[in-house]
Amino acid sequence: MESTIQLLFNGISTSSILLLIALGLAITFGLMNVINMAHGEFIMIGAYSVYVTQNMFALMPDAWFEAYFLVALPIAFVVAAIFGLLLEWLLIRFLYGRPLDSLLATWGVGMMLQQLARTLFGAPNVAVTSPSWLNGGLQFGMVVLPYKRLFILGMVAVVLVLMYLYIYRSAAGRRMRAVMQNREMAGCLGISTRRVDAATFAIGSGIAGVAGCAVALLGPIGPSTGTYYIVDAFMVVVLGGLGKLIGTVAGAFGIGVTNTLFESWTSASIGKVLVFAAIVAFLQWRPKGLVAMRTRSLD
Amino acid sequence: MRTAAIRFIQSRGTVGYLLIAAVLFSAPLFISDFRLNLLAKFLSFAILAIGLDLIWGYTGILSLGQGVFFGLGAYCMAMHLKLASTNGALPDFMSWSGLSELPWFLEPFHSFPAAVLLGLLLPAALAMLLGYVTFRSRIRGVYFSILTQALVLITVTLFVGQQAYTGGTNGVTGFREIFGYSLSNPDVQMVLYWITAAVLIVVFLFAKWLVGTRFARALQAIRDGENRLRFIGYNPDIYKMAVFALSAAFAGLAGMLFVLHVGIISPSMMGIVPSIEMVLWVAIGGRGTLIGAVIGAILINAAKTGFSEAYPDGWLYFLGALFVIAVVFLPSGIMGVRDKLMALVQRRSERNTKQLAEKGGESIGANGMDSVLRETNR
Repeated sequence: MESTIQLLFNGISTSSILLLIALGLAITFGLMNVINMAHGEFIMIGAYSVYVTQNMFALMPDAWFEAYFLVALPIAFVVAAIFGLLLEWLLIRFLYGRPLDSLLATWGVGMMLQQLARTLFGAPNVAVTSPSWLNGGLQFGMVVLPYKRLFILGMVAVVLVLMYLYIYRSAAGRRMRAVMQNREMAGCLGISTRRVDAATFAIGSGIAGVAGCAVALLGPIGPSTGTYYIVDAFMVVVLGGLGKLIGTVAGAFGIGVTNTLFESWTSASIGKVLVFAAIVAFLQWRPKGLVAMRTRSLD
Repeated sequence: MRTAAIRFIQSRGTVGYLLIAAVLFSAPLFISDFRLNLLAKFLSFAILAIGLDLIWGYTGILSLGQGVFFGLGAYCMAMHLKLASTNGALPDFMSWSGLSELPWFLEPFHSFPAAVLLGLLLPAALAMLLGYVTFRSRIRGVYFSILTQALVLITVTLFVGQQAYTGGTNGVTGFREIFGYSLSNPDVQMVLYWITAAVLIVVFLFAKWLVGTRFARALQAIRDGENRLRFIGYNPDIYKMAVFALSAAFAGLAGMLFVLHVGIISPSMMGIVPSIEMVLWVAIGGRGTLIGAVIGAILINAAKTGFSEAYPDGWLYFLGALFVIAVVFLPSGIMGVRDKLMALVQRRSERNTKQLAEKGGESIGANGMDSVLRETNR
């Protein structure tokens, strides 16, 4: 019983990181119909931002060091968002509506970003010292809930609420949803679709950067950290469907929890096969994912 | 079939193809054993590229999972070579993992024909199965690509995890002989090279014939407007499954030849990165042209071998940039550039003859000059 609860908790914790990563993917795919394979590298960029911030704080008085992670979070967001903005401006905007082409081109960008990280920080993984207030955990009988993972859960919840407010309660979010539903019509009504696209892409990339912070807390980070998560994140998008926040949330928790459970019941490799089979089986029933935007158009 | 053959013989490019074939077969005469081995490897990659071109260039389905099919074929051949090299004893990686006898499902690999057959059928069957569950529920485009990529991920995890049967991360290696001939003998390698070149030519001719048939017309229709094809009364799913299985079989064939030349197969050679690199070969060569796929596969791999030895860091930047260039600036690859150049040359020569004709007919007046200028501006 205890072990199952522990497993569930770990599963939920993994899912929450997956959710952060998939959020940006789902939004950019739904909005611009481009697939950003370099999204994983934004995770890596976020993680390295934490690493750099930590090294900066190591030069400052010891008392301040404990607070570095709270500073690193916004820095990671901003750095990843700037990279996202650049990518959108330099490349993505020429590839709207060509998902397969954008997939290949952004894969190339990801490759270059990985190599850049290898040049700057070296090929071996680096570790981030988590602040002391995140060590240890809550104890319930046999079950230990590490503070780190609880902190990540809280962080994801905050990001999710902010995203909800942005998408459904703000003027900018309303414009974004309008463009998502009908690009031409929204443009006719005076919405600058260019600006909406750029802003959305930057926000999605920034969130991936925040996800990178979470990844950095959990283990060593390296130039190819992002690729480890990216395929799973794409599966979340496929499973969750496009256009609604709730679909991505459900997809992330579906994949994250089943992955953890299957892997502990069988072995890591067989578990992955089972999860894949389950996803494909699920798609037989709902090919468009859990929550799909209703449309009359025939793609 | 016969008319197709005649048409092929009479077509303009035939001389060029014959020349390429002649160069391929005489290559052992003027390059070293080491280079020959590399070239043989590239030729086996070219076989895979033809299959990938059929599904991506002609049908518009981007499969990021060709590495899996390549790997399956390669493991089939590797298993046979391994069993043939151990003289009835258990392969080393199996005894390390605590197996005492050969598992029943690996028994068929004692026989060479069975191994070859499985190397073709296993990838095709897996592609058929994945195609059945995806195409039939109208999963297409990027969704399909992502699923194939996930297939790569789980297959690699599975092959790494099942160490007793697959050799784990190290893969299968340490082959000594095929049909009793030593694999390290240069003459044997040369024969294997010729076999690979012959297989490539046969595969190429088969694909060339295929793209002239009604079947390929339907494939192109799927690429350009799947729904219209459906409304006309075709069932695109059958066609897509067929071409997916065919490309998987080609990939398996390429994998089998690859193992013969390289002497090792490991999960890292069928992973996500190699699989997407395969797509780049076709993109650079020119999707939708068979010879383009072949050229792309040989060219990129030759560049990789030459360039990555000298500048391993620079190579990855270059490879990344190639993806961007291939998509943004060269959507139809090298063959597209060639076509454009040829069109340019043709137009220029046409214009010259036209100008000459005008000059001969009348002195160029204001109107004539105008039309010449307009031509130039166009």
